[in-house]
Amino acid sequence: MMRLPPFTYVAARTLAEATAALAEHGHAAMLVAGGTDLYPNMKRRQFEPRVLVGLRGIRELSGVRGSAREGVTLGAGTTLSTVAAHREIATHYPALATAAGLVSSPQLRAMGTIGGNVCVDTRCNYYNQSFEWRRAIGFCMKKDGDTCLVAPGSTRCWAVSSSDTAPALVSLDARVRLVGPGGERTVPIAALYRDDGIEHLAKTREEIVTDILLPPADEWRSTYLKLRRRGSFDFPVLGVAVAARLEGDVVRGARIVLGAVASLPRSAERAEAALIGRRLTPEVIATVADLAAGPSKPLDNTDFTHPYRKKVTRVFVARALRAIGGLDAGGSAVEEVA
Amino acid sequence: MKTRIALTVNDQPQDLLVPVHKTLLEVLREDLGLTGTKHGCELGECGTCTVLVDGEPILSCLALPVELQGRRITTVEGMADGARLHPLQQAFAELGAAQCGYCTPGVLLTAQALLASEALPARDRIKEALAGNLCRCTGYTKILDAVELAALRMSRGRASRGGASAEASGEMIGTTGTRA
Amino acid sequence: MSAGEKHGFSVIGQPLPKLDAWAKVTGETRYADDMVLPRMAHAKLLRSPHAHALIRRIDTARARALPGVYAVITGADLPRVKFGILPVSQDEEALCTERVRMVGDAVAAVAAVDEETAEQACRLIDVDWEPLPALMSMEESLAHPEIRIHEYGDGPNVHKHVALQFGDVDAAFARADLVREDTFYYEGSTHLPMEQHAAVAQWGADGKLTLWSSTQTPHYVHRSLAKILAVPGAHIRVVAAPVGGGFGGKLDPFAHEIAVCQLSRLTGRPVKIALTREEVFYVHRGRHPVLMWIKTGFTKRGDITGCHLKTWLDGGAYGSYGVASTFYTGVVNPASYKMPVYKFEGARIFTNKPPCGPKRGHGTPQPRFALEVQIDKAAEELGLDPADMRRRIVTEPFTKTANHLTVTTTGLAECIDRVVEASRWRERRARPRARGARKRGVGFACSAYMTGAGTAIYWNAMPHSGVVLRADRSGAVALLCGATDIGQGSDSTLAYLAAEVLGIAPKDVHVHPADTTLTPVDLGSYSSRVTLMCGMAAIQAAERLRGALFEAVAKKLEVPPGALVARDGKIGVADDREKALPFAQAVELGEAMHGVLAFPGSYAPPKRAATFRGGTMGQSPCYSFSAGIVDLSVDEETGEIAVHDVWIAHDVGRALNPLLVEGQVEGSVYMGIGEALMEEQVFRKNLHKTPSMLDYKSPTALEMPEIHTILVETDDPEGPFGAKEAGQGPLLPIMPAIANAVYHAVGVRIDEVPITPDKILRALDQKRRGGPGRVGPEKLPLLAPREPLVVESAFGQPAAAVVVRPFQTERLA
Repeated sequence: MMRLPPFTYVAARTLAEATAALAEHGHAAMLVAGGTDLYPNMKRRQFEPRVLVGLRGIRELSGVRGSAREGVTLGAGTTLSTVAAHREIATHYPALATAAGLVSSPQLRAMGTIGGNVCVDTRCNYYNQSFEWRRAIGFCMKKDGDTCLVAPGSTRCWAVSSSDTAPALVSLDARVRLVGPGGERTVPIAALYRDDGIEHLAKTREEIVTDILLPPADEWRSTYLKLRRRGSFDFPVLGVAVAARLEGDVVRGARIVLGAVASLPRSAERAEAALIGRRLTPEVIATVADLAAGPSKPLDNTDFTHPYRKKVTRVFVARALRAIGGLDAGGSAVEEVA
Repeated sequence: MKTRIALTVNDQPQDLLVPVHKTLLEVLREDLGLTGTKHGCELGECGTCTVLVDGEPILSCLALPVELQGRRITTVEGMADGARLHPLQQAFAELGAAQCGYCTPGVLLTAQALLASEALPARDRIKEALAGNLCRCTGYTKILDAVELAALRMSRGRASRGGASAEASGEMIGTTGTRA
Repeated sequence: MSAGEKHGFSVIGQPLPKLDAWAKVTGETRYADDMVLPRMAHAKLLRSPHAHALIRRIDTARARALPGVYAVITGADLPRVKFGILPVSQDEEALCTERVRMVGDAVAAVAAVDEETAEQACRLIDVDWEPLPALMSMEESLAHPEIRIHEYGDGPNVHKHVALQFGDVDAAFARADLVREDTFYYEGSTHLPMEQHAAVAQWGADGKLTLWSSTQTPHYVHRSLAKILAVPGAHIRVVAAPVGGGFGGKLDPFAHEIAVCQLSRLTGRPVKIALTREEVFYVHRGRHPVLMWIKTGFTKRGDITGCHLKTWLDGGAYGSYGVASTFYTGVVNPASYKMPVYKFEGARIFTNKPPCGPKRGHGTPQPRFALEVQIDKAAEELGLDPADMRRRIVTEPFTKTANHLTVTTTGLAECIDRVVEASRWRERRARPRARGARKRGVGFACSAYMTGAGTAIYWNAMPHSGVVLRADRSGAVALLCGATDIGQGSDSTLAYLAAEVLGIAPKDVHVHPADTTLTPVDLGSYSSRVTLMCGMAAIQAAERLRGALFEAVAKKLEVPPGALVARDGKIGVADDREKALPFAQAVELGEAMHGVLAFPGSYAPPKRAATFRGGTMGQSPCYSFSAGIVDLSVDEETGEIAVHDVWIAHDVGRALNPLLVEGQVEGSVYMGIGEALMEEQVFRKNLHKTPSMLDYKSPTALEMPEIHTILVETDDPEGPFGAKEAGQGPLLPIMPAIANAVYHAVGVRIDEVPITPDKILRALDQKRRGGPGRVGPEKLPLLAPREPLVVESAFGQPAAAVVVRPFQTERLA
């Protein structure tokens, strides 16, 4: 049986206790909320914290507050199943509800938190392996080694951002509140991410993501499409989040964000720009989809081949735009023989 | 280093002294002797070790007992009401939904949670709810059939008020209810 | 009226719950890893991180010094004897001594106070490795004869090379209106039972060893342990614990079973081991990756004039069942359709990967895929409906195939008719093409499969299956049989058969399975043999018991024994219900007359006349047949496939319990869908690429279509009450039917499995650019052909007469 390595567990009851514990134990400590990402990684000895600071007992971290009119605040400890099922979120921020509802399996959505998914470790199929496997192939730079096995000449780690909710939240222009020993700060969620497979979060070790803040929904529509092999369990190997604001049938605002094709959620800025002031015609959608596929630069370190993931980027962006525009998704298959 | 942990498992309070890094799966199987909870990967990738915490299915391989103090934990051993099987257990047995039986406890508990929140879920809804439980024997077909049968019996049982439905109680001999 | 009543059965044909169903739904069933014994130690194996390496030295001093460690062993602590499931390929060591041949080969074992300590100790064992070049593909292995994975075999890195010819294929092709040559590739896949292998060994102070293991074949493990541990077999007891899924993955004797025995001997404690999921991927013995070339001649009407098949199997690092697997890629195909002339060449190549072996369908899904896709292509060229074309050419019952297999009953024609009708095949094929990206398609395929192998793994004249029945004065009947219930319900099936013969309820039959000191030998749960072989033995034992009871009851009632029947828990005169005794009373009378009522039943397959030397492979008492139709849609933009419906008709001879048969058919369809669409055991940089439940893609409930199962009954004279197999054959049509449906949907041929979205997009791109729209193997390995064994075709000859029916000397009832 795969087992956890020993550690000391600090059950924090307040954020102050949690940040203090992090400060006290430094690199030896890690945060844990749902544990669905951390514990498998610990069992594979990808993480070896001596101290775990449990966030579960902190009341202020859970719950959904506010409304679409004024903006919604999600406590980072809110479970993914709660986010997926939340009526206000499903109605006004569908990209987020959809993304949260597509994370892993029902059990893991009941355990995992939105904060955990936002911070989920980057993945690579040379890295998410047991200690013995990694030792056999030669440890990579993300843990215990100094080379990159997917791009051997590389000086950086190319592990893949594998959050479903992150691209959705970026497309929704969400902000995150971070609380650390020196106080709190609120930043656009895009600023939480770094293009590095190892140090993929732009926050200090002592900082805790406490809330996710969604702006007023206004007239924004959004959607999220996920590519994976099976309808459950699997991490995204491509996620496409699109949010747009239309006046009549003219696009006034647009955000297209790609997940799981880089070490961070990747905005397709040229594609976004090409949408502004345009109608969602098939021609425009085709052009924008091509532009959006540009920044999709997957490498061969997830399920499916990377050329395939790139090809599907274009398809998914077009489909997301058609969905946003309320256009026929391209006809439906002829159903049962009558 | 061991920690004292108070758990409620199948309505029984349990006072345990266990290392804090032992998962609920390990504690159930190794400290409480509740080996009905199985394991297939211990990494959250198969659903075999599913148990209920306050009625919600979670994976015991990724849960720490220290985090579950004061919560209600249900394992397959806690499904039956005394000697009377849960209608799901009855239906799974009658319809051959358990072949090798190894995924069965986790599937049963997941289905129990579903039927507690939705009386008569559609087949697609059952598939969604069970999408986190891998089975290699059945192709899921008889599992889905059995969940549907149990849901039907439970609804009828509720409709007829008090007392379990005739089909859902007692010993089952002979043909099943869904067959002509 | 149920089928059973129609035929005068009371138990047979009823959809009864399995006897062990209640224990399984309550968590009572105790699998091997659920066992806890006093003073039990926990074991771990140290496995090789190298695909190919010499072991210069192993230093266990640091591990031994770790507190809590009871014992550390290496190959030096075991007799230097190699083992393997087949007598012809004894090429494994429990703990490798000089050389490892794959990542995952075990080199040392630790017993400790707990699993964590054992694991920690493994990390403290120092091994001095000398890495050797690793051969990770068949091409590499054939290209580097100077690097030998094993010294034995039919050539450098060629484990087995066979060639058989039945008739003149060149002449057959000359007669044909259409000759097709196609190449196919079938990727390897693994069983992925939900239960990881586990075993508990207890070597008592009395010098006797008991091993409880998650195994499908306690008898072969018993024999192997005696050899490997150099202990008399008489002092070894192997008990198969309830198996949490096998599918062929628990059919070999394994290193971990041997290691815990030896550790128990050294520590004087019971020792348990439970493999991690990753280790299960290394243990493997799964589906062979097979490259295939198939050339078939067809007439305008769709008759096959002859077929020539070549297969290359990537065997991995050890022999396992590989010799049988190699034959099975060739010998079973001719059973389904009239194929007057046949030639087969097969080669199994060693590579530095976990060994392949028997996975559900053992060696036959791969060539079946090739044949059924090729027939689909031929049907199109000939302008024939793929179902009609096959319907015309099904084999005749009670005839021989070109390669001298005797087909008894065949319900293939009825299977075809039933699925065609149930699915409204013609309407579905004629559906107008959808406008959107998702295109619907339907595909068709058939198959044949063996009901048990005609010969044992080691040559002997003893029964393949045995049963002992003992009647108790309470009216209970104990049924002892070496068979292993791996979830298929063999315990229950044996109880149904005994209950039917004795006229009692299955609940009154207490099945004691798979315990080598208590139960007569059954060879194991493989090759779909248990229902037929143990079933025949159970019927024989029950008939003998019934005969003894009839004798005693007849005396009491003063009627001739021939006037008696056993039914409804009584033994009495057929037409006079007043003249009957309860079963328990009959037992008392019987015991008073005969003494203890214990009766054996024995079964070995019938020996048929006039086969050729070496022609035993593929021979089976009878064959099952299946026809399948798949309705799916393909997303032309993403290449994703959604399977909507599967209609599968299976000729099971007789459904002893239709519920269990359906379960086997549905499970086969499931496993077939997994292999067709996503499962693959592949390697990268010498390592398994996906050794986890997350990365090895096993379909969830969401990927499953509705399965419409149709059972066809042909009442085979060789089977227990006419039954044939159901656990493997229905898997076979699924992969080709999916490939054919994909072609019907979007017009591209994926001539390999898995059929992934990526391959579909590549084929579609290629087609748009004017290419053939095909993804599949382009070249074949270089291997000099072997001179075939040439035998006259036996095609169409009447079934060979049964010369001997072993152990069928008397019929008492």
